[in-house]
Amino acid sequence: MSKPALTSGLLVKHGGMLSLIQDTGRFGAFNIGLTNGGPVDLLAFQWANRLCNNKLNTTAIEISIGGLALIAQVDTSLAVTGANMPLTINGQIKALWRSYQIKAGDVIELGFASQGLRCYLAVANGFSIAPSFGSTATVCREGIGGIRGGKLLAGDVLACARTNLKNNLSLADKFTPKYTGEVTLHTVPSYQQQHFSLHQQRLFFSNEYTVSKSFDRMGYRLEGQAIACDIEGILSEGICHGAVQIPADGQPIVLLNDRQTIGGYPKIGAVSSIDTAKLGQLNQGGKVRFEPISMEQAHNLYHLSLSRFNRTELVICD
Amino acid sequence: MSTNLHINIAGENALIIYFCEQGSGQVNANVSAKVQQAEQLIRKAMTYELAQDIIDLVPSYASIMVMFNMMSTDHHQVRNKLRTLLQNIDNDLTAPDAAYATNIVELPVYYSDESGPDLSVIAQRTQLSIEQVIELHQGQEYRVYAIGFAPGFAYLGEVDERIATPRLSTPRMKVPKGAVAIADRQTAVYPSVSPGGWNIIGLCPIDMFDAKASPTMPVNVGDKVKFKAISKEKFLSLGGTLGGSYE
Repeated sequence: MSKPALTSGLLVKHGGMLSLIQDTGRFGAFNIGLTNGGPVDLLAFQWANRLCNNKLNTTAIEISIGGLALIAQVDTSLAVTGANMPLTINGQIKALWRSYQIKAGDVIELGFASQGLRCYLAVANGFSIAPSFGSTATVCREGIGGIRGGKLLAGDVLACARTNLKNNLSLADKFTPKYTGEVTLHTVPSYQQQHFSLHQQRLFFSNEYTVSKSFDRMGYRLEGQAIACDIEGILSEGICHGAVQIPADGQPIVLLNDRQTIGGYPKIGAVSSIDTAKLGQLNQGGKVRFEPISMEQAHNLYHLSLSRFNRTELVICD
Repeated sequence: MSTNLHINIAGENALIIYFCEQGSGQVNANVSAKVQQAEQLIRKAMTYELAQDIIDLVPSYASIMVMFNMMSTDHHQVRNKLRTLLQNIDNDLTAPDAAYATNIVELPVYYSDESGPDLSVIAQRTQLSIEQVIELHQGQEYRVYAIGFAPGFAYLGEVDERIATPRLSTPRMKVPKGAVAIADRQTAVYPSVSPGGWNIIGLCPIDMFDAKASPTMPVNVGDKVKFKAISKEKFLSLGGTLGGSYE
């Protein structure tokens, strides 16, 4: 359990259900079969870093479902964003979407979310984790990134520098994302779209789907109106983030950060990254609808969202 | 105008270049050679004029997915640049393989019942002797058509029709690292312990994926692979291990 602490930072007391070291992801290694990893809800991840005055790709923790407990070994500042997991520091309930100064010995705990699924915990100057293939992102299926290529376990020490922000920062409530159980997924028709009849495309874009019990960082399997494709399979080809795969049973699968790099099922389109972030906050039973958009609209949505993010100022809270 | 090459949208920050008619579904060495040439051309451009714009590539059997940077470019620009870059390939002005690097990699295999539990099954199914199955497997020069499924997993084709064997009806929960296997007309070496549904005929002692090595993998998409039968002693002396589980 307790190994000699060569480094100090945050000691993991409980790893929780699935807590992973993440930066914005691994790019440039598709050709050897390595996927991107990275935060499923990139927006919440970036807010956590901004609240700690970090660069946006600084290494932080993605906590899915909840249950993470940490003991600080150094003085630092941290912020938690994302799903509404109850956050306590030394047993006292604290609000998310703001930063706190932490003293060595403080105990930081996250309960379980009632709305949303994933939280992001960043510390000032980030965690010092050795990158693999240019990134610290953990992809458990590949055993790559983070610590040991796997999820956080009790006894792990997440190295971070002794720092203190002068001021605590917060994001005003009116700017924080609200996680409901329903999401509209703006989707660019693409890939094998022409192998789905107009009728099948109409069905796909007009029906509501439910998140099945099979959902993870690799992809979200949905249930609802089955969609038929003219072809059964294709030669395996590159799968982009957000691609919507339609296997033989006609039930769509939206592929996310830990997807396989290539695959042979037909794809009807790809969901915009702004909306995959929202999808990744849904639990089993969550409702989604697909709405078709052009590539130009997708770019517009992306740049508007980025512009809003950049223009929103944080408030000094104490 | 293009005859064979199509560029489709993949997602908000990705295009996909197809080098043959979609849906034809046939593995084709000439198409794969074009994929390899195009990949080399794009990678070269990524070191200079496309350095800001292209983030990563996924080459596969008959396509290359191109992921671009939405902060510096858009799909129109990327499409135009790709068309210009690849016009000679599209017009068939370059003979396949000419002026493009193709490595031939030899992989040693210990073929046996103890290392390949499906070897005798394939022999029975095909009415061939075990020796003939091994001979047909190592007699072929294979092309690396794609890499994916798991880090370092290279899809090699094509296996001689006489030993082509469908996937197991129930995949194994655990296949040992280095397992050499056949599925239909494809063959591969499992780079690490993983679940798997392919028919295992032997073990290869060479690491197909080593995160600490440079290069990480002995092969790239487009390379050629030859298998060479080795004895148990040779297999062990090359660092191979037996006793892995085939559950």
